[in-house]
Amino acid sequence: MKILVIEDEDELRNVIVSSLEKENFLVESAADYTTALDKVTGYQYDCILLDIMLPGGSGLSVLDALKKMRKQENVIIISAKNSVDDKVHGLNLGADDYLAKPFHLSELTARVKSVIRRKSMDGQNIIELNNVKINVDDRLLYINHEPVSLNRKEFDILTYFIANKNRLINKAALAEHIWGDHIDQADDFEFIYSQIKNLRKKLKDTGAQLEIQAVYGVGYKLIAH
Amino acid sequence: MKLLNYTLSYLSIALLVVVGVWAVIFYVNMLDEIYDSIDDGLENSKILIIRKVESDTTLIHKTEFMESNYAIHEITDQHALHVRDIYMDSTLYMQNEKDYEPVRMLKTVFRASNGKYYELQIVSSMVEEDDLIEDLFYAIVWLYIVLLASVLIINNVLLRKVWKPFYTILDKLKNFRLGSNENFSAVKTNVSEFNILNDTVSALLQRNIAIFNSQKQFIENASHELQTPLAISINKLELLTEKNSLSDDQLQEISTVIESLERLTRLNKTLLLLSRIENRQFPQQTSVNFNELALRLASAFGDLSEFKSVKISVTQPGTCIYSLNAELAEILLSNLIKNAILHNYPDGSVMVTIHATGISVSNTSHTGSLDPSHIFDRFYKNSAAKNSTGLGLAIVKSIIDYYGYTIRYSYTNGQHTFLIQF
Repeated sequence: MKILVIEDEDELRNVIVSSLEKENFLVESAADYTTALDKVTGYQYDCILLDIMLPGGSGLSVLDALKKMRKQENVIIISAKNSVDDKVHGLNLGADDYLAKPFHLSELTARVKSVIRRKSMDGQNIIELNNVKINVDDRLLYINHEPVSLNRKEFDILTYFIANKNRLINKAALAEHIWGDHIDQADDFEFIYSQIKNLRKKLKDTGAQLEIQAVYGVGYKLIAH
Repeated sequence: MKLLNYTLSYLSIALLVVVGVWAVIFYVNMLDEIYDSIDDGLENSKILIIRKVESDTTLIHKTEFMESNYAIHEITDQHALHVRDIYMDSTLYMQNEKDYEPVRMLKTVFRASNGKYYELQIVSSMVEEDDLIEDLFYAIVWLYIVLLASVLIINNVLLRKVWKPFYTILDKLKNFRLGSNENFSAVKTNVSEFNILNDTVSALLQRNIAIFNSQKQFIENASHELQTPLAISINKLELLTEKNSLSDDQLQEISTVIESLERLTRLNKTLLLLSRIENRQFPQQTSVNFNELALRLASAFGDLSEFKSVKISVTQPGTCIYSLNAELAEILLSNLIKNAILHNYPDGSVMVTIHATGISVSNTSHTGSLDPSHIFDRFYKNSAAKNSTGLGLAIVKSIIDYYGYTIRYSYTNGQHTFLIQF
């Protein structure tokens, strides 16, 4: 899987590249408009992370160029502007997703995997890990080919964990992903624990070869045995 | 007092003085002219009577005025030498008026053909001064009233027309709001003062709009510029926490730094949101059903409230649908509900009531009454909740103000209540 990161801030670009490389993606990067345009014209990528404000031109023009070349790349806009208008505008121009800075790396990983999955699995949006199989579109979980029922939040948590397997997930990142923006000031995110506890129990009871570990004070980590 | 009536009030005093002074001068001049004219008549009568007496000596014995206007008395030679023509005011009994009326009298002396000296008194009826003054007074009063009335009418018709551009400018200024994206357009007029006023006000407002826009841009840009370093810091620390070489203590230290940075991010986002609300950057409106919204939010906050052992109940005596920005409606209600959950105690409750024209959010609390004059201030914190930005209610207030709704806070029976009236 090849990913292009278009971001002019060196440090941010580096940290995104390192994070994606941990997921065994092949990552290339571009720091300005011209380089970005050269790369998207010359090569094929599975996913493009696109910053809007670039030296030399707007990221939206890159999006336009992609559209004109009839390329089917997945594009995720990463922008410092978090406004609904911008989001709608970007999505109308053909972007697949929109992520406002600052974001959590685990969120980025989940989004990248999600857009890639949507287009690559022949329309079958399925994640498999050990003996666990998730049909994302139909929201179904199979462990050892046996269906397991999860509530909406447990399902979202599991999907998020699997997208970030073996990586430490910050509890704020998890809370934001599952409970949305409303919860962003809720004290300490301790309330997410009960959902995790239920999910953990279900995974254990059904013999899933996965384990959710708590890292005290920081967050959680999903280990695939 | 309106400008038109204000000038009229001064004008009425000025007119009173002018008309009064004019009346006095007019009266004096007129009286003078009347005396002059009567005295000329008396002089003429004198010549005619003396000639008549010369031809008809019996007239010498006419000592009473009776039906004519003269009387003749014999006087001594001695006395006659000292007498000159005297015009004087006197009174005479008038038969028709049955009263003494003022008359003008000429006293003169002549020598008849018999060689004796006689005093001749000729009278002529005079204007009655008190009547004249009275007539004049009423005339003046009427003149004054008519003058004022005409001034009032002219003011209201003509001046109103003349001042119309001025009132248009006033009206535009009154309705002008910084940040409404509406430009101040000048009013066309032929009056140079109004044109100067127009140009000055326009220039002033343009400058203000420019400053306001640049400040607005500055706040937005500053917030956006902060996002990138925050993103770098948080993401780098996140990568660092994934290094297996770190001890648990180190991990927790890093985690607290991440938490602080996240708090900074929230603060930054919230300030940006506040500035965007105040800059009226939420023009899109849709019909928002607050009943549905309240139920959805109550379920979204289900996990949090369960964790805090707080019961959320939504009662719906009415259906509340208003047209506003959907994002803001959600922020408005979720901020109130979230506050109600967080500033509560275990086994407490949150009551959301949706009326047709208002929404109330109440919660049980141990804190006692909050200061109603400050709760909506930015960064006002009553509790030491470490994750609170102190901006939640400020945002609620700015959304309420944005749409011109009202919000009231009250504390009764250990319950905080926020009541929104649409």
